[in-house]
Amino acid sequence: MNEIAQNQSSGQKKRRVEMTVRPTGPILPPSNIQGNALMVVIAIMAFLACLTLGGVSMVRATAASWQSQISREITIQIKPEEGLDMGAALIKARDLALTFVGTRDGRIMDDAATARLLEPWLGTGLNLEDLPVPRLIVVTIDETNPPDFEAMRALLMEEVPQAFLDDHRTWVDRLVQMARTTVLIGSGILVLVFTAMVLTVVFATRGALSGNRHIIEVLHFVGAEGTFVAQEFQKHFLKISLKGAAVGGFMAASFFALAGFWQSRSLATPQSDQATALFGTFTIGWGGYLGIFTTMIVIALLTTLTARLTVMRTIYEIDLVRSDPARTDGLLDD
Amino acid sequence: MGPEILRDLTFDLPKGSFQFLTGPSGAGKTTLLRLLFMSLQPTRGLIRSFGRDITSIPRNELPMLRRRVGIVFQDFRLLDHLTTYENVALPLRVRGKAEQTYRQDVIELLKWVGLGERINVLPPVLSGGEKQRVAIARALIDRPEILLADEPTGNVDPPMARRLLSLFLELNRLGTAVVIATHDLALMDQVDARRMILTDGRLDIYE
Repeated sequence: MNEIAQNQSSGQKKRRVEMTVRPTGPILPPSNIQGNALMVVIAIMAFLACLTLGGVSMVRATAASWQSQISREITIQIKPEEGLDMGAALIKARDLALTFVGTRDGRIMDDAATARLLEPWLGTGLNLEDLPVPRLIVVTIDETNPPDFEAMRALLMEEVPQAFLDDHRTWVDRLVQMARTTVLIGSGILVLVFTAMVLTVVFATRGALSGNRHIIEVLHFVGAEGTFVAQEFQKHFLKISLKGAAVGGFMAASFFALAGFWQSRSLATPQSDQATALFGTFTIGWGGYLGIFTTMIVIALLTTLTARLTVMRTIYEIDLVRSDPARTDGLLDD
Repeated sequence: MGPEILRDLTFDLPKGSFQFLTGPSGAGKTTLLRLLFMSLQPTRGLIRSFGRDITSIPRNELPMLRRRVGIVFQDFRLLDHLTTYENVALPLRVRGKAEQTYRQDVIELLKWVGLGERINVLPPVLSGGEKQRVAIARALIDRPEILLADEPTGNVDPPMARRLLSLFLELNRLGTAVVIATHDLALMDQVDARRMILTDGRLDIYE
């Protein structure tokens, strides 16, 4: 009997323990199928958007680098001629070029360098003394303050008639055009991806919210103000979107970081050279990473704003049942 | 526009009054309760709630007025992810009250409706009768000025129905006007209260 009494007493104690209220949970369910699906959609869209953004930023940097590399130098070519002292002509032409403001350095390509340039066509063991080969002077210029090419050309023609100045303008113009086109195409793709991202995030958020309409109704009917309900949903969707956007953004940032790391570790290998020729260097810089971070914030804000607007609209629709007697959907029949 | 569900009704709900609303299925009991809860507007006629014409109340003022009315829905409308305790405490929570100020009141009320052992249970595992009692407790928790209950004893056994009725009477004694929509004649016979009978959209009142 005592044992039974003890068991009953412990049972009562157990029940008293069960009476303890669990810590109050959030008004909205922390995770459900719609919320998880939305998080995955946001992560995927954030990844694609950040990847496109990083790609365009990379293309822009590569295009700028091509343009800069080729426009940083000009070439003076001196054609051989009977009786011309090539050595003196080269030095004279270089010195004349360097008298112009905007030039930095002048380098005469020596015999060995010239032979190397011709090697693919004429083979090794070339004796330049036997051949009337033009010689080159490479002049480095200040890109931001280039010299007056026309004046330089005119002076060279007057002082060294065999000299021909190539300022690479044709190549630069073509490359600028190509770079602009590439960046324009990239920007177009970026706009499309961002538009798709905005629409996907908006519709996915609205879809996830449609499964919570009953919660909005109950909160509204127990006396919650519209702003309170909207804030609860905003907080909830901000968390979801931040998680999703962070995963997508982190994956994209990691992709560029890893690709850049691989490229730097495998310099001068055929694979790396091929990748570099095709895509340039996988470096997006701080600007690119900042862009990825901004994209994540934009996605989070967009989701939160959509949640707020959708909740306010749902409350408006619930009240519309009141204001418009023709609409009695949701009315319970007795 | 559809057919008229209710017409030519004239009545008032005095402060602290107690009445049953009854009638056959489809007579318009739920519609009338929703009109009183300000979640529907009449096609014509005038409904004044707390001294104001409900058609002229701005939308942003509706939540404040609804806080003065407790409602028990026929389908309970409980949130499945919240426990019994959290569902009952919801009206207080949305009003911004601190949990320590109401925790004991909520537990006491749950004990009163026979759910003292079920405070941490989620609605999907409650029986129909238990859900109904949670819905009633949620409507009562903030001591509303008017209580509207749609078939509040529809899913409980007679002893629990009597117990709930005595809870409504107790609340009424404290000053709340109570309207109970029910088909349960035995329940109505237990109290000498005003009966409002809806038939084909018309209302007959027996004081």
